[in-house]
Amino acid sequence: MALGPIFGVLFDGFAYGMLLFLLSVGLSVTLGMMNFINLAHCAFAMLGGYVTVTLTNRFGWPFLATLPLAFCIAALVSVVFERLLYRRLYRAGELDQVLLTIGLAFMSVAVAAYVFGTVQQPVETPSFLRGSFSLLGVSVGAYRLFLIAMGLAIMLLLTLMVEYTRFGAQLRAAVDNQRMARGLGINVEGAFIIAFALGSGLAGLGGALAIEIVGLDHSFALAYLIYVLIVVSVGGLGSIGGSFVAASFLGISDMLGKYYLPELGAFLIYLVMIAILIWRPAGLLGRR
Amino acid sequence: MSAPAAAPAQPPALSTRGLSKSFGSLVVANNISMHVPQGARDALIGPNGAGKTTLINLITGMLRPDAGHILLGNDDITALKPHQRVKRGLARTFQINTLFPHLNALEAVTLAVCEERGIAGNFWNSLSACTAAVDEAYAVLGSLGLAADCTRPTRELAYGQQRLLEIALALATKPAILLLDEPAAGVPREESAAVFAALAGLSRNITVLFIEHDMNLVFRFASRIIVMVAGTILAEGTPQEIGADARVREVYLGGARHG
Amino acid sequence: MAFTRTAAADPHRHLHAQAQWQPIELVFWAATLIPFFLFPKYLALASQIAIAALFALSLDLILGYAGIVSLGHAALFGVGAYTAGLLSTLGWGDPLLGLAAGAVAAGLLGYVTSFIIARFRHLALIMITLGLGQLIHEVANKASWLTGGSDGLQGVRIGPLLGRFPFDLYGYTAYAYSLVVLFVVFVFARRLVNSPFGLALRGIRENPVRMPAIGAPSPAHVRKIYTIAAAIAGMAGALLAQTTSTVSLGVLDFQRSADVLVMLILGGAGWLYGGIVGAIIFMVARDQFSGINPQLWYFWIGLLLVCVVMFLPNGVLGCLQLAAPWRSKAS
Repeated sequence: MALGPIFGVLFDGFAYGMLLFLLSVGLSVTLGMMNFINLAHCAFAMLGGYVTVTLTNRFGWPFLATLPLAFCIAALVSVVFERLLYRRLYRAGELDQVLLTIGLAFMSVAVAAYVFGTVQQPVETPSFLRGSFSLLGVSVGAYRLFLIAMGLAIMLLLTLMVEYTRFGAQLRAAVDNQRMARGLGINVEGAFIIAFALGSGLAGLGGALAIEIVGLDHSFALAYLIYVLIVVSVGGLGSIGGSFVAASFLGISDMLGKYYLPELGAFLIYLVMIAILIWRPAGLLGRR
Repeated sequence: MSAPAAAPAQPPALSTRGLSKSFGSLVVANNISMHVPQGARDALIGPNGAGKTTLINLITGMLRPDAGHILLGNDDITALKPHQRVKRGLARTFQINTLFPHLNALEAVTLAVCEERGIAGNFWNSLSACTAAVDEAYAVLGSLGLAADCTRPTRELAYGQQRLLEIALALATKPAILLLDEPAAGVPREESAAVFAALAGLSRNITVLFIEHDMNLVFRFASRIIVMVAGTILAEGTPQEIGADARVREVYLGGARHG
Repeated sequence: MAFTRTAAADPHRHLHAQAQWQPIELVFWAATLIPFFLFPKYLALASQIAIAALFALSLDLILGYAGIVSLGHAALFGVGAYTAGLLSTLGWGDPLLGLAAGAVAAGLLGYVTSFIIARFRHLALIMITLGLGQLIHEVANKASWLTGGSDGLQGVRIGPLLGRFPFDLYGYTAYAYSLVVLFVVFVFARRLVNSPFGLALRGIRENPVRMPAIGAPSPAHVRKIYTIAAAIAGMAGALLAQTTSTVSLGVLDFQRSADVLVMLILGGAGWLYGGIVGAIIFMVARDQFSGINPQLWYFWIGLLLVCVVMFLPNGVLGCLQLAAPWRSKAS
């Protein structure tokens, strides 16, 4: 019976980790490609969340039908910002990138508060995703199982895409050695826009899926930024597998900490991150 | 081995023993053992990608070797950090200008002099009060013909002047051994002679190892030549010996085909 | 820049002229006395501005001069504030003692963490500073037996300055005290940036790759300036605790780290005056707009950041210098 709670905690932690994976994998890839520090990444996630909230609550769409739209709108809006602002700073120092993108994050928080107020947004999930059922004698939340399935499916899709498609090969070359990729005639800029849109879209999807677990309010863009940055820096820049491992690890250890060592709080997470960075400055699976 | 045993008491200024380095499966330095005698003017030549700059990075500590040793005289410096090697008298310049864009030449060279004198940690005295250091920096700049423009920011200097500033920064550390990575890279041919003329005027107490592609300059200035190919030393000897070496000729004719 | 030709003849005169006090600087410092006479109602705000300026000055030393980007500078500010506050709850309410203790405590934390800071650059450095800042915040939050947790520190009692001047409601003492501390630290920082060490810091900012190649122990330089800047941030925190008689978790917030960065960037990094000018603009604007929705305030801050990065890369002072070259400082 001692297995019961620990399995449940591990399960919840892994589900939370999948959420963090969706939120952060895009940032990891774009950072690996362009070395661009995008602190407004979670603003695109928040946008996805608000798209879902608006469509379900105001227009009566079913929850699942809103998810593709959360993905697409976040991706589209991110490309607009990329073309208008980001691309001017690819060769600038990290300070300018930090300032620009944190400015955008601030603005997104203010706009969200202005449009939607500062209250938590409710969302209605379909009935089959509510409640829980028993798996191997342990009570398992249906929504969390859904999250894990989504996370694994997207991990699988991304891996297949990166390993087996032409775009994936270009992406790997650009992350590996940008100058050489350009020399080989790869349109790094073009590949980057697609990767950026894809990453922001996944963040938007993550934002929509996150509502049920962590809620959604105007501060989302800043509140989850630090978790996403931890995943990216611990996992290693440009590494999809690294993000997956780091996100699972972070989700599980956060849940374990909350369950068994509540007095430590988030303390443990920050400590682990700093220790890992000191041990491996390029992250667990990073090569640089 | 080939060096005459006339002065056994004097070890080479710089030598390496079995230096190796690889990035993944790419071997950039393969068991390199070479030496540069005291007061020499040695040229390091070889086709592009032979590992010449890598060798300088290994010697100066900017890269850590996988195996092997680096010696200054009889002292093993393999474990020292780059700035500690500079303190031992090992200075370098960079093939691609690696300067301080917003400092002017006077400030940059004064900084190097202050580091050499161990006063760069002083945060209480004004820079202008360190008159001896400023005078020394100004003298180094003067010796390379940079005095007139020394208060202009580095990024506003002409390219040729920036190449000279590269050398000035290295000289300000009072080196015993100077490693020059293509000192005249990108400089028009008529001006590159001026860069080498400045080097020819250096004290014989300074040992020089330079990378250069222009064979006319190499044969004019080098007392010895070291030829590198694919991460290994192919040949080492006087210009006459190297000029007569069949393997070197083959590599250079073969390399020429690739442009 | 206009006198390049003549200065080139004499390097000493050139360097001396760079470090010389300019008339406009004296005017600036004289102007800091104006609130005493013209705006006595705003002395409390003026003292807050002086404290923010001191905090921004501390960030300028590491960011503007040595190029170390920190997103966790509030950790050092907060440690100074809690140290001064805690000392006063234990009965040691003397302001200067608290100020010194705040500087020492933050300096110690800075010294210890500087060994980590000096090893990193770029994204890893940003993450490390952010992580350390959050870590300290979390420690203070959890150690509520010591810090009062989210309720803030209870029973902060600050004695009169020099045993004679109590902190009054109007802020006379508070502003005079903060301003004097700011000025003294500024003079120190000014000496520092014009010293050989200051030159070495600019070298690290300009080209960290070249520094070891000229024999410079960059990590040792970084450790030194980070410790100094930490002590100054701690003094700013102690001043805030003493002049407001309160210490809450807010002193350690990420928001505070972001705000001080905004002030410095707004004014212009690498000038010493940039942080002060930025603090004045930022704090006065926040005071004027305090009536509006605080969410909207951050919209304007965000817009400001975007505009500064896009159009004013050297801040307000950099812009002024283009219009009228009054100093040839960081050129």
